[in-house]
Amino acid sequence: MRVHVGIDLGSTTTKAVVLGEDGTVLGRGITNSRSNYKVACDVALAEGLIHARFGLVARALADAGGTEEPRAEALAALERLFRKHQYLGHLAVFERIGTRIVGSDLLARDLAGPFTAIVAAMSAEAADLFAPGAARKSDFFRDLAGARYVQHAEEASRARGAAFDRLLGIFDKTILEVENVPAEDGAFASHARAARRELTDAPASLDAALENAVDVPLEIAGSVGTGYGRQTLPFPKEQIRSEILCHGLGAHAMFPATRTVLDIGGQDTKAIQIDGDGIVTSFQMNDRCAAGCGRYLGYIADEMNLGLHELGPMACGSTRPVRINSTCTVFAGAELRERLSLGEKREDILAGLHRAIILRAMSLLARSGGVASEFTFTGGVAKNPAAVGALAGLVRENYGAMTMNISPDSIYTGAYGAALFARRDGRASA
Amino acid sequence: MATERPEGRATPARKDDSQVRQKRMMAEHYARLARSAETGEKNVYTFVPGNLTELLRSFDLLPVLPEINALQSAMRGKSREYIAVAEKLGHSEDVCTYVKCDLGMMKSGNVGPTGEFIPDPSLLLLSYTGCFTFMKWFEILRQEYDCPIAMLHVPYQADGAITSAMRDYVVGQLRDEVIPVLERVSGRRYDEDRLRAMLRQSARAEDDLVFVLESARHRPSPIDAYFGGVYYIGPIFTAFRGTEEAVGYYRALREEIEERLAKGLGPVTPEGEMRTEKFRVVVEGPPNWTSFHTFWKMFADEGAVAVASTYTKVGGVYDTGFRHDPDRPLETLAEYCLGCYTNLSLPSRVDLISRYVRDYDADGLLVHSIKSCNSFSAGQLMILREVEERTGRPGGFIESDLVDPRYFSAANIKNRLESYFQMIEQRRAGSGA
Repeated sequence: MRVHVGIDLGSTTTKAVVLGEDGTVLGRGITNSRSNYKVACDVALAEGLIHARFGLVARALADAGGTEEPRAEALAALERLFRKHQYLGHLAVFERIGTRIVGSDLLARDLAGPFTAIVAAMSAEAADLFAPGAARKSDFFRDLAGARYVQHAEEASRARGAAFDRLLGIFDKTILEVENVPAEDGAFASHARAARRELTDAPASLDAALENAVDVPLEIAGSVGTGYGRQTLPFPKEQIRSEILCHGLGAHAMFPATRTVLDIGGQDTKAIQIDGDGIVTSFQMNDRCAAGCGRYLGYIADEMNLGLHELGPMACGSTRPVRINSTCTVFAGAELRERLSLGEKREDILAGLHRAIILRAMSLLARSGGVASEFTFTGGVAKNPAAVGALAGLVRENYGAMTMNISPDSIYTGAYGAALFARRDGRASA
Repeated sequence: MATERPEGRATPARKDDSQVRQKRMMAEHYARLARSAETGEKNVYTFVPGNLTELLRSFDLLPVLPEINALQSAMRGKSREYIAVAEKLGHSEDVCTYVKCDLGMMKSGNVGPTGEFIPDPSLLLLSYTGCFTFMKWFEILRQEYDCPIAMLHVPYQADGAITSAMRDYVVGQLRDEVIPVLERVSGRRYDEDRLRAMLRQSARAEDDLVFVLESARHRPSPIDAYFGGVYYIGPIFTAFRGTEEAVGYYRALREEIEERLAKGLGPVTPEGEMRTEKFRVVVEGPPNWTSFHTFWKMFADEGAVAVASTYTKVGGVYDTGFRHDPDRPLETLAEYCLGCYTNLSLPSRVDLISRYVRDYDADGLLVHSIKSCNSFSAGQLMILREVEERTGRPGGFIESDLVDPRYFSAANIKNRLESYFQMIEQRRAGSGA
């Protein structure tokens, strides 16, 4: 079947969205961006196409009828098991590459035993990681495997005297290569069938749907690239669109009444005004200085030894937010330490930092023409509850009450818009 | 206002006769300045907006224009070091970078764009419009040079019109303050007939310049009225208004453009001749000089032509009808000073730009905002919104600087420009894009 693909090559993550011919989203893929943009693009697209086959299974099940609840449960279980097998597949690649790296370094050969033991332990606990009801920590193999590897490496260094930092060095070298290996052709078939075999209770129509999704060839009828690294995508110029346009159209498709879009990404912030058709009428973005973008929060998280996803919830616990004026990432560490030394609470400092970056976004919004209802917030920072809270408050104060939309898939907005452009282009030239 | 080939690039592909002529004029001018120690010729440091070139030349005084030296330094890749010199002297990062570049050049031996020494001023003539920093600039120069100083105060056109009181006020200063100083410095008497003859030549050159600028009404436009435009205004904005050379230059330029029009050719860009004109924009704000060609190429690559620009009006707005009038020599100089773009109120600027968008059938207004220039940048967003409103055409906004290379973020500017052009395209295609 023919599909349309949009790829958003961001500074932090690369996203792919796969659309069916009717314009519905079949699949999404995401990976860390890296120095090799082509690889990031391949990896995200491969994941998007795999996920698209899931989309086909879901659609076939829906077409087959039956009650909604067991169908949804079966799909969720299938996906959970699928992700386990995908994880194990990645782990096998990790072991192969890591073993080679350990073996090729004369000074690291003593780590061969501990390394193999760590991977074996990781493999053994995979079932727990993807058990029903287990918290979904991250979609990135790097994050999932990294957390487990660190824990096992600590134990190994205590029990067997293997140097912890050297073991971590092996992880760092290995994971870089692993991330550059796109999913193989047929990965969906093998992982999906393995998952199906473990599934005990499934609707009768699942097998046919699954086999159909395995067999159907996915033909990419058109693709459009966007994002910070779009110029490096292996696409001709007419298949490259500015992320301003893509975010505008993507936000319009998700929430058709959208008039103002704010996107806070890794290293830029965009305020976009669109009309009733999703066409951009005006925009502003940060200049050469990217202070107050997503990367700032990443830096703060590192400074505080927290995960990025922990910042927002912690800031939400603030009772007396600290006033912070600078959003300069270079000064952030110093300001943070100074505040801590003054005895301010982490929660209050974090709340102040979130407010500071949102104030910067408010200035861009004002310069782009203000905020009109409905207002849609996109980009990685839209996942942060403290940022959302500060934004909602400031928008209400400055522009009055209005509907603010945030999609759980907001990080894919640009890629979604790009895929919609690909579909339009395909229809225009057909 | 540019005569050098920026960034050392072998462009434009083909040298027109007018370009060769302009380069020669500039070279001769700087050579004449460099020789002035031997010849005894006197010079006057003064500014572009509201310059009194004919009057100075009628006293055989040679104009030196610090802004032009600064932008030329930037195009030759010297501004970074000059700005560093000025910052070492205590001028902060946010100070006008023309000022810092000029001071740095002065402190580094005052070597001009042609590699020749620029002599110390015989007179500092502070004749300026619309920019208060000019006054502070000359305050600094006054400390450096032991020379006479004269000032012409030009009132701002706050209400959007030149009143007779404003004109009389400027004429009074010319007659009672400026001319006596010029007589003293030059050792010559004021010669009104000579001034009239020059003003007559100014008007002839202005006619031809306006023809060239208005040629951009055609599709395709035979010129780029911003990047190409800064070359076209070179002689008339600097040391040559009222001279025979300027008359000859603008006649030759006009003939070249007439030929391009007859052949239906587009403008010459750093990448050669533009084949397809995809976008027509009006540009507000000065260009970036440190990455002039990179900046221009970003437009050319997208098939975007500037059909009108405000920067090419800072040294005189001629396309609304003003011409130097030899029959009213001092009055006409006063009206010229009062009428420069930098002296227009924001509503007048909005009127002018909106008219450009309509008359030149542009896709919209693009603002290039200058980080270190408050007098140009203040109010630009208001102008943008107002012009959008009046014309129904979308506006775009980019930011960098005049001559400080640190402010030019190529990736960011390219991103915004591409987004702007794609936005125009999308709106043209409507919802069915």
